[in-house]
Amino acid sequence: MRLSTIPISAWIGMAGIALSVICALFAPLLAPYGESQIVGAIWQPMGGEHLLGTDNLGRDLFSRLIFGARTTIFVALAATILSFSLGMLLSFTAAVTGGFVDQVFSRFNDLMMAIPTLIFALVVLAVLPQQLWILILVMAVLDSTRVYRIGRAVALDVAVMEFVEAARLRGEGTGWIIFREILPNTLSPLLAEFGLRFAFSILFLSTLSFLGLGIQPPAADWGGMVKDNKDGIIFGISAALIPGGAIAGLAICVNLVVDWLMKRTSSLKGGRGDG
Amino acid sequence: MASLLSVKNLKIEATSYPPGEPPRTVTLVEGVSFDVEKGKVLGLIGESGAGKSTIGLTSLAYGRGGVRITGGEVLLDGEDILKLSPAGIRKVRGCKVCYVAQSAAAAFNPAHRLGEQVIEASLKHGIMSRAEAEKRAVHLFGVLGLPNPETFGQRYPHQVSGGQLQRAMTAMALCPNPELIVFDEPTTALDVTTQIDVLAAIKHAIEETHTAALYITHDLAVVAQITDDILVLRHGKMVEYGPVKQIIEAPREDYTRALVNVRGTKREEAADQSGALLRVENVTAGYGMLRVLQDVSLHLPKGQTLAVVGESGSGKSTLARVITGLLPPQEGRITFDGKPLPKALKGRSNDELRRIQMIYQMADTAMNPRQTVRDIIGRPLTFYYGLRGEKKTARVKELLEQIEMGGRFADRYPAELSGGQKQRVAIARALAASPELILCDEPTSALDPLVAEGILNLLHKLQEETQVSYVFITHDIAIVRAIADSVAVMHRGRLVRFGPKSKVLSPPFDDYTDLLLKSVPEMEIGWLERVLETRRMESAGN
Repeated sequence: MRLSTIPISAWIGMAGIALSVICALFAPLLAPYGESQIVGAIWQPMGGEHLLGTDNLGRDLFSRLIFGARTTIFVALAATILSFSLGMLLSFTAAVTGGFVDQVFSRFNDLMMAIPTLIFALVVLAVLPQQLWILILVMAVLDSTRVYRIGRAVALDVAVMEFVEAARLRGEGTGWIIFREILPNTLSPLLAEFGLRFAFSILFLSTLSFLGLGIQPPAADWGGMVKDNKDGIIFGISAALIPGGAIAGLAICVNLVVDWLMKRTSSLKGGRGDG
Repeated sequence: MASLLSVKNLKIEATSYPPGEPPRTVTLVEGVSFDVEKGKVLGLIGESGAGKSTIGLTSLAYGRGGVRITGGEVLLDGEDILKLSPAGIRKVRGCKVCYVAQSAAAAFNPAHRLGEQVIEASLKHGIMSRAEAEKRAVHLFGVLGLPNPETFGQRYPHQVSGGQLQRAMTAMALCPNPELIVFDEPTTALDVTTQIDVLAAIKHAIEETHTAALYITHDLAVVAQITDDILVLRHGKMVEYGPVKQIIEAPREDYTRALVNVRGTKREEAADQSGALLRVENVTAGYGMLRVLQDVSLHLPKGQTLAVVGESGSGKSTLARVITGLLPPQEGRITFDGKPLPKALKGRSNDELRRIQMIYQMADTAMNPRQTVRDIIGRPLTFYYGLRGEKKTARVKELLEQIEMGGRFADRYPAELSGGQKQRVAIARALAASPELILCDEPTSALDPLVAEGILNLLHKLQEETQVSYVFITHDIAIVRAIADSVAVMHRGRLVRFGPKSKVLSPPFDDYTDLLLKSVPEMEIGWLERVLETRRMESAGN
């Protein structure tokens, strides 16, 4: 693969993601103030000493945005990766094994999907202790039902192909069939789904934080920051829009990269084709 | 007589978009000229990619997605239809010129009754009233030999068989009383026994209605039965153009000669057919209550070829699935090299699996599109023999040499190979396991005749080198003649006839084998009439 074949949109996406990741990794070094340090009056305008102004408690918005990248990206990414691992493993096993296993997995999945995600999450999170790993796990399990659906559909399409039958006739195990025969041929739709799910994860986390069940204060996260500053909108203060914009920006960047990856993997020449 | 359709110096181009490179213009057809007189039939023949269909469609002034007609003239009744306005072309299509597609099943709208679709064009163009059109449709159904012509039009496409659907499509094309019909491989997707009926119906209908026709096919034997002239095409250029008699009996060009002689290969059967590597005993198999195979028994000696013939749905492929263990038989048993084979795939050891390999009809779907040739051929080497690194590379190269392709193909993906090359790689994959039996499920039926012959020769060469046995599933008697030692004829899940080739293919025949053998088109003018005549005499005698 040559660097020149990567389209400009993918470069923009990668730059956006890189910026967010750098912010997340080096937050204490980059941020001019502490995460929950109160530095001035509430809702100060942009410019001057505080680049993006201050929030509803007088904390530096820019610093919190940088710290917020940390939790938001970590939780959303962890939840998405976990949900994909879980969903794809189960769905591929169901598609390859078929029969009873498929029925049990699929009907249980239907059962899970029948309950509205947000309500499910609210109930579970209200009962369980408020810890980060529980939050990630709940998000992952709920999201994995969607991944299971699409994973099973695409895997079934591939599982009936003759090259899979040829692998079975060779005596290959389920592991080889799933990871070497089916997975490479289902990567395009799943990658597209990954980009979408990651963006949804950020939004879902933001929703939960907004409702008070996500990241707990005083820790910063983008969704929570929107919630903290939402009242300012009434007074014409744009503080809530900045973390909102960050969420939108990151979601778009992820999808720009995924679009490019999808094109690459969907080329039948083994992904060496066009950019 | 003046020509009805006159094509002069036709040039057709398209733009291709190779990945990573600037788009470039490809010439699909160049310098093609021909004439069709009223009531005459011209056959367009050539391998896939020769531009047959593209040329056929230009007589409707139509180019499939991205195809541009850039030069030459297409004169219909003296008028250049390429210069017509879109409205003018609409008056030609479906009115003066009609089209019969290869796959009737895909060309009919499944949501409407056949009758409605057959008369649609005639009504749209205002050629006749509904009553007249319906009357004509019924008449045409009769001419084409469809059952119950009065009520046939009330059926939906899924309620009739493939052969009937193809005839209904011919009726649709004939209904507006066109001056020219373009037949695009109308019998290619049909069984031989059905093909002969459709061919006879088309020929009868063309004679009855005095319509001119362009008949596109890759099968010279078929085209010899139905056309007056033949135009042989290759790579978008004219190879030979002349009356059917001259093309078949005295071809001038080497390529035409190769096409005419393609079915000529015949092989003597092995004298000693005792002993059995594979023995299938009283096997009955099916899906649930549906019995697809009933009480089938056959055997195959080592180093020989057993051809299994029959039309689609006769249980040929199911037999292969039973032998591989994909479909465990409900009754009966299979012995391999003297030992009984476990019925189900799961019960077989890796060594038992290794000894029986399979080659599929569609090499496209039989190979993982995301693996290189090296991975595809190399996997059985690693899996069965634990070969890795340099040893594996060397063996892959050796196998590629054996299939006459060479090591430079090792890093290609299947999408970068031609149809014949793909099938060769599939053969190499089977060969990599050093099997004793290879099940070939119609490995040549998706290939052009000359390419198919190459594959057959390769299989034969490999058999001599490695003493591998073949179970060769096919519907083509010519292939059976070319490669088989013994033959099994299947019909509706039962074994009709089994034995050495010379015995199975010579009289006295049972009814089904007789029908099957007589339905295979021969490279001979007048064959169709002769067969139909014998049939008529037989039915009269009965």
